[in-house]
Amino acid sequence: MAAVQQTVDTVKTLDVDAYKYGFTTEIESEKAPKGLNEEIVRFISARKKEPEWLTQWRLDAFKRWRTMEEPRWARVDYPKIDYQDLYYYSAPKGTEGPRTLADVDPELLRTYEKLGIPLSEQEILAGVQERRVAVDAVFDSVSVVTTFKEELGKAGVIFCPISEAVQSHPELVRKYLGSVVPVTDNYFATLNSAVFSDGSFVYVPPGVRCPMELSTYFRINEQNTGQFERTLIIADAGSYVSYLEGCTAPKRDENQLHAAVVELVALDDAEIKYSTVQNWYPGDSEGRGGIYNFVTKRGDCRGARSKISWTQVETGSAITWKYPSCILRGESSRGEFYSIAISNGRQQVDSGTKMLHLGKNTSSRIISKGISAGRSQNTYRGQVFAHRKAENARNFTNCDSLLIGDQCGAHTVPYIEAKNSSALFEHEATTSKISDDQLFYCMQRGLEPEEATALIVNGFVRDVLQQLPMEFAVEAQKLIAISLEGSVG
Amino acid sequence: MIEIENLHVAVAGKKILDGLTLKVEDGQVAAIMGPNGSGKSTLSYVVAGRADYEVLDGSIRLDGVDILEKSPAERAAMGLFLVFQYPLEIPGVATMTFLKAALNAQRKARGEAELPTIEFMKQVRAAAAKLNISQDMLKRPVNVGFSGGEKKRMEILQMALLEPRFSILDEMDSGLDIDALKTCAEGVNALRGDGRSFLVITHYQRLLNFIPPDVVHVMSRGKIVKSGGPELALALEASGYAEYAEGAAA
Ligand SMILES: Nc1ncnc2c1ncn2[C@@H]1O[C@H](COP(=O)(O)OP(=O)(O)OP(=O)(O)O)[C@@H](O)[C@H]1O
Ligand SMILES: [Mg+2]
Repeated sequence: MAAVQQTVDTVKTLDVDAYKYGFTTEIESEKAPKGLNEEIVRFISARKKEPEWLTQWRLDAFKRWRTMEEPRWARVDYPKIDYQDLYYYSAPKGTEGPRTLADVDPELLRTYEKLGIPLSEQEILAGVQERRVAVDAVFDSVSVVTTFKEELGKAGVIFCPISEAVQSHPELVRKYLGSVVPVTDNYFATLNSAVFSDGSFVYVPPGVRCPMELSTYFRINEQNTGQFERTLIIADAGSYVSYLEGCTAPKRDENQLHAAVVELVALDDAEIKYSTVQNWYPGDSEGRGGIYNFVTKRGDCRGARSKISWTQVETGSAITWKYPSCILRGESSRGEFYSIAISNGRQQVDSGTKMLHLGKNTSSRIISKGISAGRSQNTYRGQVFAHRKAENARNFTNCDSLLIGDQCGAHTVPYIEAKNSSALFEHEATTSKISDDQLFYCMQRGLEPEEATALIVNGFVRDVLQQLPMEFAVEAQKLIAISLEGSVG
Repeated sequence: MIEIENLHVAVAGKKILDGLTLKVEDGQVAAIMGPNGSGKSTLSYVVAGRADYEVLDGSIRLDGVDILEKSPAERAAMGLFLVFQYPLEIPGVATMTFLKAALNAQRKARGEAELPTIEFMKQVRAAAAKLNISQDMLKRPVNVGFSGGEKKRMEILQMALLEPRFSILDEMDSGLDIDALKTCAEGVNALRGDGRSFLVITHYQRLLNFIPPDVVHVMSRGKIVKSGGPELALALEASGYAEYAEGAAA
């Protein structure tokens, strides 16, 4: 209730300029030369002082990538990307090696403060912040700081930039990197494998319940710079971790490329809850600028009774191409996907999930809420598959679309295949419109059109919002209101 | 006080209100009766500010202020309330949430502070109890799966909370059983006084037995064709609208 009120409050305070995170940070950066070739791949690897095996791994990926074609099956439309016209590495000056808060450039700290990301452990400990969340802050191609590392260390949890993990825990990285999303997986994942810059690494040891929420906050700042982060999370047997990523970028007239890879591994009885609040710059109302968000996210329920749950609130990006998936390999493992995808203006979203049932008694649940406004296109694309050996696979899918106005589109593309006759897959889908009558009813009670819309939309996405950790649910609700700005009237 | 003068309104190119003039004084309960299709619901929508109605001529003033250029929300904040004949459903939004959003939106628009949650809850509970509305219903999404009678009681609950200066009740009695009709009428009567006024649209004397009007207007073909005291409603019940339909045709 309070949260809905908050949404209403937020809508009221909106200014004309809806995207709040569009400012630029003036900071000196160090870049690799423009373009992509073997030299650049080696440059990135050298910058990060990587071992030979990883350099080679990148080079193999790059070789492979050159033979691949950009996928065109998604319902999105954009001009050809010139991969030679991008910077593949950009780091704020003086950010080499592990750092503590005291070493971080104050300009960067101010940036995160403006974004509302708590980086000061003191403030959090002093109770200024309500709940303790450990944050890894990634700025362009590098992680600038990771908080609460020590305290997490006491519980045996490793939470650090992946570039650091390569140095400090090479055996873990080598064992799991690329084990869920193979180097050859798809065009963007292969590109990422060649040039990935930074991202977060998490390892939770057997039987440990991670003592706090972990989160990574991604910020693209530099112009003409791609962001290629790589996240790897391993939950060892019987452990639990909840992780959240957030992302924003300044307003720029040209499009920016973001091609991330996220790999999750859950061993026996482990559980990973992965939440995303994606708010990259969506471009202006005419479709100028905005992030191309081409992301590969996959979780491997490798162990028996393991569980991976994806929750995403997607409000940003000019183009979203993203299918957080679960490989249900372990017996009785479970995958979940909860999604709210909002598109407005000229945004194009093609998003959904894959639930691949390989093990016996595996179950999955998909709840997707798509909201299209303005002249946007919003597609849910989902695959549910049961392997021949997947006895008693169960899936429930519910896929609802809400249209605001009559110039947008909502599409649902389910692929369902069961090679084992004991599989039970249920699929429900609805498409509805916010009716003028509903809006008028709310307005007659005193709500302005945008408040009324936000209220109705919040009702529509309620099932999914409830899946988010409490403090992020509030943030997500604000975002929903902001991203629907200008969708009515 | 609401003053409607020479109101001409068209919908989809069709003229519905044709020079309607009507005044409801502070503290007055005015009933409007009239045949199906005479424009009663249209009148209530136009007063509440619904889009798609083309006001060709005339004025509507609430407490002396012309409201035709104001948005529905602004009119609501000025104290205008409409009991819908068919209240709308809002899936996923708890009734309590909706009530609070509405109340605080109106208070803010009037420059008043938000009602503290505890005070708000107290008010809702008290009002709900009077209307036989359970706490459980307040947790359910707005009007979703409510029976016709429950929806109407929820409308009256909103009215009780928002304490509007001027309310329009569009066939509040339709779909209500006798007990619910009594309960709702009591809810309305409890708000009478303090200068609040009501426009009660109905086809039946039965409602007016429970909410006795000060004046009765007969509407036909988009205008008020006769006004009188409560006895006018009784006469209509006996003889119907034939005389007015003919009068309008002539
Ligand atoms: N959107 C619309 N498009 C076309 N005609 C309309 C529209 N809305 C109302 N009308 C017409 O206007 C006339 C008056 O309708 P209205 O609903 O105001 O009547 P009413 O007096 O409330 O009738 P009832 O007693 O049946 O409720 C009717 O002929 C109706 O068909
Ligand atoms: Mg009517």
